[in-house]
Amino acid sequence: MFGYTMDEIGNIVVMQGFSGLSLFSVLLLMALGLAIIFGQMGVINMAHGEFMAVGAYTTVLMSKLAVKYDLVHTYFVFAIIAAFIFAFVIGYLIEFLMIRHLYHRPLDTLLATWGLSLVMQQIFRSTFGAKEVSAELPEWLLGSFQPTPDIDIPINGVFVMGLAIIVTASVYLYIYRSRGGLRIRATMQNRTMASAVGINTKKVDRMTFALGCGIAGVAGASFTTIASTGPTTGSLYIVDSFMVVVFGGATSLIGTIASAFSIAQAQSILQFFMSSSMGKVSTLLVIVMILMMRPEGLFASKLRK
Amino acid sequence: MRESKPKLSNKLSLSTLIFLALGLTLGLGNAMAEDYPTAKVNTTGLAVTDTTVTVGILHSATGTMAISETGSIQAEKMAIAQINAAGGVLGRKIEVIQEDGASDWPTFAEKSKKLLENDKVAAVMGCWTSASRKAVLPVFEKDNGLLFYPTFYEGLEQSKNVFYTGQEATQQILAGLDWITKEKKAKTFYLIGSDYIWPRTSMKIARKHIEQYLKGKVVGEEYVALGDTQFGSVINKIKLKKPDIIYAAVVGGSNVAWFKQLNAAGLNAKKQTMLTISVTEDEVLGIGGENLEGFYSAMKYFQSLKNPNNEAFVAEFKKNYGDTAVIGDVTQAAYLGPWLWKAGVEKAGSFDVDKVVAALPGYEFKAAPEGYVKVDPNHHLWSKLRIGQWRKDGQADVVYESELIAPDPFPKGYQ
Repeated sequence: MFGYTMDEIGNIVVMQGFSGLSLFSVLLLMALGLAIIFGQMGVINMAHGEFMAVGAYTTVLMSKLAVKYDLVHTYFVFAIIAAFIFAFVIGYLIEFLMIRHLYHRPLDTLLATWGLSLVMQQIFRSTFGAKEVSAELPEWLLGSFQPTPDIDIPINGVFVMGLAIIVTASVYLYIYRSRGGLRIRATMQNRTMASAVGINTKKVDRMTFALGCGIAGVAGASFTTIASTGPTTGSLYIVDSFMVVVFGGATSLIGTIASAFSIAQAQSILQFFMSSSMGKVSTLLVIVMILMMRPEGLFASKLRK
Repeated sequence: MRESKPKLSNKLSLSTLIFLALGLTLGLGNAMAEDYPTAKVNTTGLAVTDTTVTVGILHSATGTMAISETGSIQAEKMAIAQINAAGGVLGRKIEVIQEDGASDWPTFAEKSKKLLENDKVAAVMGCWTSASRKAVLPVFEKDNGLLFYPTFYEGLEQSKNVFYTGQEATQQILAGLDWITKEKKAKTFYLIGSDYIWPRTSMKIARKHIEQYLKGKVVGEEYVALGDTQFGSVINKIKLKKPDIIYAAVVGGSNVAWFKQLNAAGLNAKKQTMLTISVTEDEVLGIGGENLEGFYSAMKYFQSLKNPNNEAFVAEFKKNYGDTAVIGDVTQAAYLGPWLWKAGVEKAGSFDVDKVVAALPGYEFKAAPEGYVKVDPNHHLWSKLRIGQWRKDGQADVVYESELIAPDPFPKGYQ
């Protein structure tokens, strides 16, 4: 078939399937934090990518320490935790200093967070230099896993996938199965009522925003294995993140997952059969058409208007 | 505006004579400002005084391109400091006005206008991307400015007001392809680049050369959107086609993702030969030496070049910018700018742009870190091409060095 043996085609199908799943987990990790912030709070956080960069830079710093103390083999797990904490704390402060003054003014938050993203980029540049840096990765994250000699499954892809599953499951459990999550959902559904029954909605907002930023930090940390770390790294992710969230329906976690999956598969398959940039363009075209028919996204929560 | 100057030098003529005599008797080769009265060396109202001359540096110190342009700024400043320490140009110290293009092309045009029209700089060292150069070109041509442009680029341009100190596409591409085809007995090629003018023009030249002269076959040609970080599908396509050589010109953040994912997918240098025209020592920092080890880059300069000029240059650079500083191809090309300008001015005996432009072609710069360059009448440089094979530590072993290659910005048969 097309001058290739069945074996070759079989191998490519396997690797291509994996590559689609890998893209899915990348998109999901990217979008999850944003989905929480945008979906639950209605805040358009243009600095989302920069919080990912916070995570990435944390990893790079941790890797420098690890090299110094000869801990390269194990540090990565701690780096991810540290990335979460750093991004969480910074998100917490940003909410306190800036975002909370801008609730109910979505366009102003858009502008303000965009400004914030520029400020953060310049801070990265002044602190870490304008050039890209790379984290020293442990051996077990490099190379590929070969079930047969002709199939290579990238280990970093498997790692990102595993992480995406863990983070998504934790977020799901937190939002739908815990007291804290209950408060978040209550505040989102009806702020006044939630406040009336004794929920400190301001605190909930701050925690939600910080949580979203923390998850962005985790995403950024894990992306050091597959992509670049530089002052403007964040801007590489922001468009894709918004695409996933908006397409999925902003208020739904399941929607975000479904949207990341369908975008990833469409893009991965189209890029295989067309050229890379044409594949991406076609995916975007399909998304635009679907959004024209379903402006609320794939999984819109049914609201009476 | 400068009418008082000749009078001043008249008054000083006695001391001038004495100085001249002293200079001659002591055998000092350095030009004294007094030998070159300002009114004579500056007939077009540039920012030249009896003791100083002002030049501009115009690069992105902020924004996306700061990653790449920082090295150029450093090299240019270092060259200027060295020239000043050696007595300046026509006895005048070089003063620098630095402007930030902020990775934004209209800003580049604005700032170049400011440098040329308000500051009246005698020359500008600047620009990095072709887009920024295209943006400032009309300004330089209208105001008759002088630009030294350091980046290797796609060619197809030649302006009276620009000297191109990097290589144009044919210099970087043809000899490299010849070498790797012969060395690896390659028949099939896969071309991949970022989706903008430089990779597209370069790949067009590469494809023509492969098909017409090397009788090879291009089994795939692919362009990825700028900033795209997902290469899974592209890598699978490459695995299916099994090319002898991957010929790559991916840039920026995508470049890092490309190498990391390629390596993770099992396509390392043991299994796959790759020649890239978009990786210098600067990029290695972000990509990581372990992901590049064994792959080849085609550049005119590598930091590891062994010659006395380069050893002095590298030592001086590290002295200025720290031991961990690395020097890529463009950084070296940027370093040539101030030196070439100085040579042009001294040959012309004038700062006037027209005279410098007329004087510079034919000039041979033998102290260049890359070894030797010559300015061609088409304003590009004669230079050699080297192939470097990357080591894990982020430096390259030079495995091939071409003859001097004439610049040919408008290659016949490749367009």
